[in-house]
Amino acid sequence: MHELSVCQALISQVAQVARTNHASTVTDIYVDVGPLSGVEHPLMRNAFPLAAAGTVANNAILHLQTMPIRVRCKECGAESEVEVNRLTCQSCGDWRTNLISGDELLLQRVVLENSNAGVKANV
Amino acid sequence: MCDTCGCNVTPGNEHLVAAGGHLAHTSSGSESIEVLKGLLDANDHQAAHNREHFDRHKTLAVNLMSSPGAGKTSLLEATIEALGADLKIAVVEGDLETENDANRIRDKGVPAVQISTGSACHLDAHMVHGALHDLDLDGVDIVFIENVGNLVCPASFDLGQHHNVALLSTPEGHDKPAKYPVMFRAADLVLVSKCDLLEVLGDFDPDTAESYLRQIANPAPLYKVSARTGAGMDSWLDWVRQAVEARQ
Repeated sequence: MHELSVCQALISQVAQVARTNHASTVTDIYVDVGPLSGVEHPLMRNAFPLAAAGTVANNAILHLQTMPIRVRCKECGAESEVEVNRLTCQSCGDWRTNLISGDELLLQRVVLENSNAGVKANV
Repeated sequence: MCDTCGCNVTPGNEHLVAAGGHLAHTSSGSESIEVLKGLLDANDHQAAHNREHFDRHKTLAVNLMSSPGAGKTSLLEATIEALGADLKIAVVEGDLETENDANRIRDKGVPAVQISTGSACHLDAHMVHGALHDLDLDGVDIVFIENVGNLVCPASFDLGQHHNVALLSTPEGHDKPAKYPVMFRAADLVLVSKCDLLEVLGDFDPDTAESYLRQIANPAPLYKVSARTGAGMDSWLDWVRQAVEARQ
């Protein structure tokens, strides 16, 4: 269960972005978590409030997004969407493929608010 | 990956960047900021630092991963016996508790630093960095980092190693690469350990294990070894020697 460490790393990055942009509150956090990242969505959702408590992201909503697992065949060049433990080419069947999406573990976007009502942070 | 040159933009997220989405303002007046930064960026940064440290000393770093009890420490003991006279070896041991494994290594005359992770289920780059403060790498050819026995979490954390070696012990069953694809996708070499038990078990087929490994698109070699009988150890030892030479 390393989702808590992942969430702590996430919060530390989010806090850094909030500081840089002089924001007092983070309302939304968008994260890409691919099926091959090694991180499970439900566990991440459970761990998030623990990591966020008492931080600038205390009340933020965590949006977890998933990319499909896609591979490109090194032999025939075809791209296919595949299962987590079967990364073979769906066109020619060869196993020599490159992963093109599905292993993301990426902080994509945060939505920030400044406590001075109506004043937007300058970025 | 870094967040300066754009190499963190992947086919999976490029549409967000291309759509002029750098700063999408929402109707409420709040501000949306694109970050596009790996969540384990701090770990990866530390791992790169560890790798530079190994490279400066021309030391090969190998991260050994497996389930608990797959035979990582036994493999290391046999490896030290075979190569200890020619190569200077050091070991970083990761366990939740005890110095037992580090003591087994020290009994072979090799320096070992124990990282006790408490309840943490994996090593990360910062823990390894801390251990390296207690390890003089001058003249050391190889550092084996024995990760916490776990087929899930260690795969996500770069430690600064040059190679990942995953052990799959025969009693575990040959479908482990299909059950734990994240771990086995990360392996540069897979060792089917305890192969002296193949005959007794009767239901572990190394070829099937290899086909599961190929199905997750991993071209890594797969060697059958037994640290107890020495069977198959030559392939592993040759692999180690070649990897050491490549760092010189």
